[in-house]
Amino acid sequence: MGEVIKLDLKKKSLRDVNSVLQNLDPKSNLRNYLISNPSGNHAVCAGLKDEMEVTVKGHVGYYCAGMNQKALVTIEGNVGTGVAENMMSGKVHVKGNASQSAGATAHGGTLVIDGDTSSRCGISMKGIDIIVKGSVGHMSAFMAQSGNMVVCGDAGEALGDSLYEAKLFVRGSVKSLGADCEEKKLTKKDLELLTSLLKKGNIKNVKPKDFKKYGSAKKLYNFNIDNVSEY
Amino acid sequence: MCGIVGIYLKNKKLSKDLGKYLTGMMEGMATRGPDSAGFAIYSNNKKSKEYKYSICLLNDFSFSAFKKIIIKKFKKLKLKQHSDHVVITSEENPKKLLSFISSEIKDVSLVGYGKSIEIFKQVGNPRDVIKNFQLDKFSGTHAIGHTRMATESAITTNGSHPYSTGQDECLVHNGSLSNHNNLRRNLIKQGQTFGSQNDTEVAAGYISNSLSKKISLKETLVNGLKDLDGFYTFITGTKEGFAIVRDEIACKPAVIAETNDYVAIASEFQAMAHLPGVNAAKIFEPEPGVVYSWGK
Repeated sequence: MGEVIKLDLKKKSLRDVNSVLQNLDPKSNLRNYLISNPSGNHAVCAGLKDEMEVTVKGHVGYYCAGMNQKALVTIEGNVGTGVAENMMSGKVHVKGNASQSAGATAHGGTLVIDGDTSSRCGISMKGIDIIVKGSVGHMSAFMAQSGNMVVCGDAGEALGDSLYEAKLFVRGSVKSLGADCEEKKLTKKDLELLTSLLKKGNIKNVKPKDFKKYGSAKKLYNFNIDNVSEY
Repeated sequence: MCGIVGIYLKNKKLSKDLGKYLTGMMEGMATRGPDSAGFAIYSNNKKSKEYKYSICLLNDFSFSAFKKIIIKKFKKLKLKQHSDHVVITSEENPKKLLSFISSEIKDVSLVGYGKSIEIFKQVGNPRDVIKNFQLDKFSGTHAIGHTRMATESAITTNGSHPYSTGQDECLVHNGSLSNHNNLRRNLIKQGQTFGSQNDTEVAAGYISNSLSKKISLKETLVNGLKDLDGFYTFITGTKEGFAIVRDEIACKPAVIAETNDYVAIASEFQAMAHLPGVNAAKIFEPEPGVVYSWGK
């Protein structure tokens, strides 16, 4: 690891810190940053688009590392609503807990959460891999379209409500399944996928075969004339 | 939007810093509610017969004019001015004093009263409001605050939180209720009175009404999950403590930080970032539909 450049949010404004990270000199090899004193600020590390490694020391607020591309952002603390929302690529690693809507609408990249998340984790996810070492709250993977969610702990109420093609793997209990979400058979291909996802999350001592898989029953995909009276 | 905050001190030695802590919390939430702000401070009152009345002076009614009228009628009372509010401390019978104020003094409104509560609210940016009241000078056992972004009723002092509808009770709310008109009608039939068209005042009235029937605060809030329709995170204060509850959809945020010295609640973590030892605190979000309480 090369030189680490320190950015202190007590001394620099949030806009200045984000601006440094959003406008790296393409010719420069200085790609390691450490942000201190985040003090729950919103939008820390939002909109990064280049390869770099950023460590945030402390708790952050909403939309941390939102819209991320290529960067590796590690948060040594808790994150507020919408961490890595709309991420395209790269990796976001939260060492504490995450609030609601973690990884919302994200198209790609990897989000690893060492603790728990509250409600609506992975809402409308569109291709991201979300790996949660703890548990997820209610209405997680709501309208999830594609990508994978791995939950080593438990899932709250209404998991995967109105789910599309995202794959959900839960090791612990599921309080209830949402509309059109059902348990699926865990195939050999799924086990291979889980193995690679657990590796991505640096999770050891957890066996892929201990997980259950959930996916869409596909009954809500098309309008059903028998349900016309419901509308 | 709105921002809500609360702090309960487990370590009584910190009581002189209560106002200072709440000041930072309110400042942190100014962005969530720039229209008005208010706070309630609870402190132990050793004189058990004494009541405190927080009164707001309206329409430029002066403190000296108010003082002149009230001390003519009641001899034994203490008055303290805080911006456009007056706190009366007196051993007088509350019914007698309150009925005198409501019938004889036109340009005032009662913000709240009780044995340990002092309550203040004002229109304007929270940063200015807390300066006007010199919040950082207050001490006490626990406190609740609110910064308001007005949605369903006008930006007035009456439309500001906290709402106090019973002795030593108060409520702050982030969210909106959809069945408050019906509930208000039912509560009025049961004798509850309301001073505004605000939805939160109805929730406060609902809680006071239930507590007056000797139903516990916890049970009241659990019943509220069925009876109050809408979005909410509530912090409700009583003489000895406070409680928080979120509706079952839980789209209105809240985060709790607990240390050996205090329990702090805020809409966003940034409102607590200044508290001592907060980075090592136990930090968690209250689960949907679960009542958490501290103190009694």
